Amino acid sequence: MLNFLTNTRGKNRLAFSDVATYLYLLLGTLLMFGPIIWLVISSFKDRTELLRFPPRFLPYQQESVTVPGYDDPLQMFTVTFEDGTTRELAQVRRVGIEAQMIDPAQPDEIIKVNINQRQPVESVYFSVENYTNGVTRFNFWLYLGNSVVVTVAATALTLLVNSMAAFALSKYQFRGRETIFGVTIGTLMVPISVILIPVYLVITEIGWNNNLIGVIVPGAATPTGVFLLRQYMLTIPDELLDSARIDGASEWRIYLQIILPLARPALAVLTIFSVMWRWNDFLWPLIVLSRTELFTLQVGLNSFQGDLQTQWELILAMTVLTLLPITVVFAFLQRFITSGIATTGMK
Amino acid sequence: MVKQKKIISADIFTTPLRVLYDAMVSVMDFVMHPIQNRVGVRGMAYIFVLPNLLIFGIFILFPMILNFYYAFTGGPRLFPQDRPFVGMDNLNRLFTCQDFLVPNSCREDLFWRAATNTITFVILQVALLVLVSLMTALILNRNIRARGFFRSVFFYPVLLSPVVVALIWKWILQQDGVLNALIVSLGGEKLPFLINADWARFWVIIISVWAQMGFYTLILLAGLQSIPGELYEAASMDGAGSVQAFRAITIPLLMPTMLVVLVLSLIRAVQAFDQVFAFTGGGPGTATTYMVQYIYTTGFANQTREFGLAAAASLVMASVLLLLTVGQLRLGRTSNLA
Repeated sequence: MLNFLTNTRGKNRLAFSDVATYLYLLLGTLLMFGPIIWLVISSFKDRTELLRFPPRFLPYQQESVTVPGYDDPLQMFTVTFEDGTTRELAQVRRVGIEAQMIDPAQPDEIIKVNINQRQPVESVYFSVENYTNGVTRFNFWLYLGNSVVVTVAATALTLLVNSMAAFALSKYQFRGRETIFGVTIGTLMVPISVILIPVYLVITEIGWNNNLIGVIVPGAATPTGVFLLRQYMLTIPDELLDSARIDGASEWRIYLQIILPLARPALAVLTIFSVMWRWNDFLWPLIVLSRTELFTLQVGLNSFQGDLQTQWELILAMTVLTLLPITVVFAFLQRFITSGIATTGMK
Repeated sequence: MVKQKKIISADIFTTPLRVLYDAMVSVMDFVMHPIQNRVGVRGMAYIFVLPNLLIFGIFILFPMILNFYYAFTGGPRLFPQDRPFVGMDNLNRLFTCQDFLVPNSCREDLFWRAATNTITFVILQVALLVLVSLMTALILNRNIRARGFFRSVFFYPVLLSPVVVALIWKWILQQDGVLNALIVSLGGEKLPFLINADWARFWVIIISVWAQMGFYTLILLAGLQSIPGELYEAASMDGAGSVQAFRAITIPLLMPTMLVVLVLSLIRAVQAFDQVFAFTGGGPGTATTYMVQYIYTTGFANQTREFGLAAAASLVMASVLLLLTVGQLRLGRTSNLA
């Protein structure tokens, strides 16, 4: 913190604009991370704790004991008697405003108390059951597998076909080159939502309905990717290709051993974009996939929240699991991702 | 910066992978070389564009043309040969209104409600998004510590999926949620954030700004950092204050980047769907039903799938998008000349 103070614009004193800057950044950090932290903490609360209003920050659970002679665990309360003394007792049953309680140490003696005299004994408890139950109810591993298959296959396909096209468009003179490039750029702004119905028809005609291939292939020929890679490959000197040709390399070898390694920074940015698009894609898989066992995480999560409107403890836990993979990737590559997008440009 | 260099140059081809890659290249070459001998170097160019062109043609270009066919044919059948030609019927149906300002007086009232919802959403969302992103970029561009860290902080929500973003906020904003608890603890009363139409519209905007601002901040920050520092030095030597420098240097030089941000954010706002769909489901009522959801419901989710009507609506939306893009690019060109 002291470093902040010495690094100001005004010499040796805190300029107002610096205070405002850091306040803004602090508030921003809170607004960006606060909701996510709240989600993660909430996902560890059990159902009674989630229904509590106003909510508490940490997850709590009422303590309970197993007493011989009683089948179910009994809930613990702190009871305050009229003379001011307090005892920790277990509740056997509740009748109206009266609670019948026992001391777990002496289970035979039943003590009757007014329910206003007792306070639940609670301790911090992370309800991991939300996750274990959720994973079985939600089919997490299946959806995760589908999402991984779609993301990896689609990204590999996108990188391959886009880089091949970009290579041809940047390094060869051939008839139709300008037309192909022009049409590609022209559709840069056409979102898939505008051509939803005809694409759906094409998929149905091919028979890719309810097939992960139907999710993977249609979006692979991204105009963005072709454009991004072409602009980058234009900067690779032609002399490199010419000298490789003199050495007898085929065009295919030039593409694989000169162009691709040199275009790595651009390929990396396209990889980031593609992974982001595909992992988070929702509308397209929603339309192509109607069989539950083919759902991706996003489609699965959405139908999960529709199925169990009120079971927030499971929904929250599954939401955390869904955002976990991309968060881990980001945590490791954040500098690279942000600077990559900033330098190579647009989406 | 050192860290970043390390990752970029971390050569995945220096390990055994390289041997594998070279072997793969040789195998590929063995197959491709004879082909090259037949078609020639120029012919190879066509082979390189072919896969992309094929996917592009089948799944983007052809559907774009086919969309017109759907818009002018009717009936519930998907396959084109089963669809009777109906001319302008679908478009007429969308545009049958007694009073274009009152959605309820229209035959397809949902279309018009979705259209008006979309227009208000686009205007407010884009304005707020650009404003917040610009402000954040300007602040990140100051001489601050840990710029990389804060840049990542604002960028992180961009990576989250729309469904996840929707659920995070639904949990916060629900009737007994943490925000209402905060309001109650400050002496207020619970607010119907997801139940009241106007509140729902408000939060849809806030959430989409929350989820997207990091991306535009990043682009604007890159734009700001490409402005040469000497310009500001020269300006201050000439006695210009910071406000003057901002107006004379920052604003004009940032204009091209602003234009990109504006085009991208507008196109995205017009297409708003997934986040809203998971967040409010288009409700309460139809308060947050936007164009893409209308197309989706009409074409896919309703009992009777009205592909023609949905395609006609897509056509209308595409035209608006085209107009917006062309208009903005033209605007950008003239303002650059001035």
